[in-house]
Amino acid sequence: MTLTIWLQAILDGAVIGATISLGAIGVTLTYAILRFANFAHGEFITWGGYFALAALSAFAGWRDLSAWLGGPIEPFSFGWPLILAALTAILASAALALILDAVFFRRLRRAKIAIASVIGSFGAALVLRNLVVLGYGADPEYFSREIQIAVHFGPGLRITADQILLVGLTAALVATLHLFLTRTQMGRAMRGVRENPDLAAVSGIDVAGVIRATWAIGAALAAVAGVLIGLTIQLRPSIGFDLLLPLFSAAILGGIGSVYGAVLGGLVIGISESVAVLVIGPEYRAAISFGVLILILLVRPQGILGART
Amino acid sequence: MMNVAAYLVFFLCLALIFGLVCLGLNLQWGFAGLFNVGVVGFFAVGAYAVAILCSPPAADLVGGFNLPVPLGLVAAMAASGVTALVVGIPTLRLREDYLAIATFGIAVTIQLVALNFETLTGGTHGRVSIPRPLTSLFVDRVEANLFFLAMTLAIIGAAYWALETMVRSPWGRVLRAIREDETAASSLGKNAFAYRLQAFVIGAALMGLGGGLYASFIGYVGADDALPTLTFQIWVMLIVGGSGNNKGAVLGAVAVWGLWSFSGWFMATVLPSAFAVRAGALQVILIGLVLALVLVLRPKGLIGEETVVSRGAAVP
Repeated sequence: MTLTIWLQAILDGAVIGATISLGAIGVTLTYAILRFANFAHGEFITWGGYFALAALSAFAGWRDLSAWLGGPIEPFSFGWPLILAALTAILASAALALILDAVFFRRLRRAKIAIASVIGSFGAALVLRNLVVLGYGADPEYFSREIQIAVHFGPGLRITADQILLVGLTAALVATLHLFLTRTQMGRAMRGVRENPDLAAVSGIDVAGVIRATWAIGAALAAVAGVLIGLTIQLRPSIGFDLLLPLFSAAILGGIGSVYGAVLGGLVIGISESVAVLVIGPEYRAAISFGVLILILLVRPQGILGART
Repeated sequence: MMNVAAYLVFFLCLALIFGLVCLGLNLQWGFAGLFNVGVVGFFAVGAYAVAILCSPPAADLVGGFNLPVPLGLVAAMAASGVTALVVGIPTLRLREDYLAIATFGIAVTIQLVALNFETLTGGTHGRVSIPRPLTSLFVDRVEANLFFLAMTLAIIGAAYWALETMVRSPWGRVLRAIREDETAASSLGKNAFAYRLQAFVIGAALMGLGGGLYASFIGYVGADDALPTLTFQIWVMLIVGGSGNNKGAVLGAVAVWGLWSFSGWFMATVLPSAFAVRAGALQVILIGLVLALVLVLRPKGLIGEETVVSRGAAVP
């Protein structure tokens, strides 16, 4: 195989890795602050994508608005309608997460059985996914059926404008999150709760507010991932559930609680999947992250950027 | 009336097979506190083990050794137990959620193998003609089911007795001690990792046994039998019945499988067949709501954990 094929696989893997990173940040924050492995996190990705789809079709039905919003913005495959739809999806997913916490997870936390939240999240994941099936059926959906022509990039490599935007947007979101966590009152409070929830509570930190912020930020980033997957691949009710293993592997690989770790882990998982497909074929793609996961747990269970506890 | 009785026999066979899987999960979670999100993986390994060893030879498929079913069931337990060793060794020393994630991963991997490794599993077509034990004795379908039910009852009875003996033994006491306070148990010289691994492997072997019985009862196993929905159903069975209680595990299995079968039948009767995919979704949502309600309103389940006292000890 020529070098170009390998480089192309790494490039494609980095694009997928960027979306995995967005989801893994939410997983790692939930794990570090709420202290449980949230199996429902993938569903925020799915719901984010479908929220955007619903908003898009609502905009399309409103003739005056779609005329005013106009068509695709060159060189991308989408225009203002999708940008507005994505913002709607972010807000709706954050709201979904907050509602889910208020009616369900808050009660499980009160029961003081740590694992009740994990079982509950596994149940919530299947219910949320099947609600999407109930609404949209199991067939794939697309934001747009236009085919986008890839641009040449470096020595014989191809990438679409949408994919470049995806990577750029992920980088921008991570930088923003970093500034939020280090420079704002709420960000510092979140880090305080992550280090020591009891100490944070007696220091007068609003722990309930921190928990709400964690849910909202995690779900918002997941919604962005969902929209980006819908834009660059397709939407299926199972996208979030299928991404769950890569998300967890990325979060653990990077080190639980570390935002940069999650991004790094996402890229490593994305690239390993993409490269491994060349060697073992596409059928076992989903098992790659499991292999990587077992390897980390054996060699360095605290993750690359995680501190030993 | 005859039809209802025949259906009831069929229903109980499946419910008790799931009850066996649920007993395995109860040992792992109820007594050892091990969170297994990959129940279906161990179930599927057992099912395919029986399919590969006991079915007649078929073109393009490996296996087909025509071995007797009881031997296949033993192999099913062994295969699932070995799978549990592979997952357990790297994860059981770590935080409990890591085991959850790793078991989820092994189930996904096994599902991929079931779907894609066609010479072994038959892929989407699955493996067919898996025999039941002593089929030649029965001509009548209902009688054959009745015999299978008696056999399943005997197996689940034996498993129940063995588990009850185990959890009441010093071994079971150490297991619960580790679950409640690992540091205290370790300070008394108990090797928490070894005890956990034993409970995890024995539980997985029971899941494999359930899978093997399932394959033999249905006569077919395919990639659809390796979906994560089954893991969820078994968990709901255990939570509804009451984890930490072997009676609860079996009771929960019968109750939840009853609810599942009834809701499936109801929706198939009421909804037109074009809605089959959505009806399936509705079924999962219904079971999910049952789980949510039980977790929030009655976290101990129908019957909660009983106080287990070792044999010979004075009951206060």
